[in-house]
Amino acid sequence: MSNDADDLFLIEARQLAESLEAGLLDMKSRPEDRTLVDSVFRDLHTLKGSGAMFGHTALATFLHDFETAFDAVREGRFAVTAALIDLGLRACDHAVTLLEGGEAAPGQALLAELTALISGGDAPAAAPAEEGAAPEEGAGSGDWQMAFRLAADCLVLGARPQVLLDELRALGATDLNPDFDALPTLIDLEPDRLYIGWRLRLPGHVTEAEIREVFLFNEEDLRLELTREPAGPPPEVEAATAPPAAGPVAMAAAPTPPAAPPRERTMMRVPAERLDEMMNRVGELVIAEARLAELVARTGDAQLVAVAEEIQRLATGMRETTMSIRMTPIDSITSRFRRLIHDLNGALGKSILFEVEGEETELDKTVIELLADPLMHLIRNSADHGLELPEVRRAAGKPEAGTIRLSARYSGAEVVITLADDGRGLDVGRIRARAEERGLVAPEAELDEQATLALILQPGFSTAETVTELSGRGVGMDVVKRTVEQLRGTIEVESVPGQGTRIHMRLPLTLAIIDGLLVEIAGERYTIPLAAVEHIIELPEEHAKRGDGSRFLNIRDQLVPFLRMRELLGSEGPPAPFQKVVVATAGELRVGLTVDRIIGSSQTVIKQLSPLHSTLKTFSGATVLGDGSVALILDVPQLVAFGQIRDSMEAA
Amino acid sequence: MSHVLVVDDSVSVRRLITSTLRMAGYQTIEAGDGQAALTAVRSAMPAAVITDQNMPNLDGIGFIRAFRQMPGSAGVPVIFLSTENADTLKQKAREAGAIGWMTKPFDDQKLLGVIRKVLGR
Repeated sequence: MSNDADDLFLIEARQLAESLEAGLLDMKSRPEDRTLVDSVFRDLHTLKGSGAMFGHTALATFLHDFETAFDAVREGRFAVTAALIDLGLRACDHAVTLLEGGEAAPGQALLAELTALISGGDAPAAAPAEEGAAPEEGAGSGDWQMAFRLAADCLVLGARPQVLLDELRALGATDLNPDFDALPTLIDLEPDRLYIGWRLRLPGHVTEAEIREVFLFNEEDLRLELTREPAGPPPEVEAATAPPAAGPVAMAAAPTPPAAPPRERTMMRVPAERLDEMMNRVGELVIAEARLAELVARTGDAQLVAVAEEIQRLATGMRETTMSIRMTPIDSITSRFRRLIHDLNGALGKSILFEVEGEETELDKTVIELLADPLMHLIRNSADHGLELPEVRRAAGKPEAGTIRLSARYSGAEVVITLADDGRGLDVGRIRARAEERGLVAPEAELDEQATLALILQPGFSTAETVTELSGRGVGMDVVKRTVEQLRGTIEVESVPGQGTRIHMRLPLTLAIIDGLLVEIAGERYTIPLAAVEHIIELPEEHAKRGDGSRFLNIRDQLVPFLRMRELLGSEGPPAPFQKVVVATAGELRVGLTVDRIIGSSQTVIKQLSPLHSTLKTFSGATVLGDGSVALILDVPQLVAFGQIRDSMEAA
Repeated sequence: MSHVLVVDDSVSVRRLITSTLRMAGYQTIEAGDGQAALTAVRSAMPAAVITDQNMPNLDGIGFIRAFRQMPGSAGVPVIFLSTENADTLKQKAREAGAIGWMTKPFDDQKLLGVIRKVLGR
């Protein structure tokens, strides 16, 4: 039993448990759906089977008993009820606990509950009996006389009589003779049937069990005559034929449901580290390719240029494929949320509906996994603080059941994930008061609604007056914000009193390689993520002078704050003539960045800044350019925020 | 005509069986359900088949039935894996065209013994 397979088992078992859980949760809304019942049953069964194979005996035993009880449901003797689903979910949890080596004891209580629930139906069937081993008889008897004949169709099934004969010889068989009595005339002879039997003699020290062992797999329709020669105790005669099928057994084979259309695609499971490694290599390849392109361009050799361009094309394709491999649909985490909602429904005395939209939307695997906890937190918050109690909702003319909706959609090179509830909404006045109390905002500062709502994302802010068991777990909204920003995303809060709250998270599709716009500022090169670039204009003459003092540009009749990057970066010297302004966006907001020169677009492999530099707000990372030099990546959301702050300072 | 086809929807069980077989010098091919197994036998006839019963798309017995309809499947032994020691199921498997069965769990030695038995090598 290799470790490799053990690891695989654990991964697979978790997936099965997840699928089991998802199936049970789906049953809630579609209790009549037979295919769901069958799929839950199959998951249970597979988990049990592989659990047993990998030595998780406690797990296998528990699941076996559970499955036996659950069989009543599959056979339609017991209807799918909420209580049953709840029990199923707890059993699923228990199975996971067992997988992790937890206590087996709580399983008994669960099984007892299940049996009690289903009782009225029949009691769980007894554990399977061991395969019948032939009774051993006294040794030291005379030789065996034996005659046997295999099933006529055994050749088609793959039996190999010569192998049997070899084994019998190995046991010491002598006087081996074929018996052609049953051979038909040529005209009736079917070539794939076996008509020949054999007679032989075996030494007396061979046990009957050993003889039967030879016929393992040929027991069906086997005609075997065994006689002890009268050298010892009285002869024993046994004419054994395999018994016909015993009476009906609890575990009949299930009729296969008219299966879903066969999946033609074959899937492969790959450890995530290998993908990371591959991504790194592709990253290096992209850098090397850029260097090659630069060197080749210098030689001006047309043949070399052609090859370099081909390599560039391949590298781009490679990069795209690699990134697509890492893409995972967000439904990989939504099942956890469904479970959370199920549990919350009970715990809060509220009735909560959970809707998911755009589950097929794909994001980088790392992004999805890092998002799971923040989303969990947001959902808990919505359920706990956002949604009102049923009677309050009724009084407000809303449906008693509150709705929490998670939606995901593509927007350019980003994915927008929105978590919305139809609860009471955020109280701007209370947020303001709390923020002042906590010293997060000066009492005299003027903030618009958007900015006030954003305060809840600040560290040290918590509006929950009573910290409940559910949301008061120390993870604040600031952690959510930090996670999203680590992923180079942005977060926005929107709320209408009495109607609900929406939290929008915009996230880049991938983390590792982006298309960048390479620009030059004071002789240094910087990269701006191309997805954030809205357009590029020339800096109007009247703003071009240093220290001109103007802060806004009129772009298509809109005032856009702009940052003089030379000043921001503390560069000396006069700016280049004909400066350009790169207009970049983050969410709904924009900022103009003045640069000396636009160099062009380039594939940018993002390298993290060292921990020493990670507090730098202006840069989100660095990249290696074709000539081996390093360019810093400008952090657009930070710069946009910076533009806004100055904007509000200006306005004040 | 030299490999053993292992059909099980559990990747880990499949891996366990194939690695045991490979270490003993057999070549193996894997399939995750009955449909995939049919596709596999169409492209290359195995020397033996080990199949689970409970699988999506097409279960073990369904697969064995379809397999036995194929020309060239005669003489290829099919071993049926089952978690239950249920006679009706075994009987069905046998009628469909399996030569024998193994009850899960089983160990390496049992598996190799069975394979040696049906392949005669």
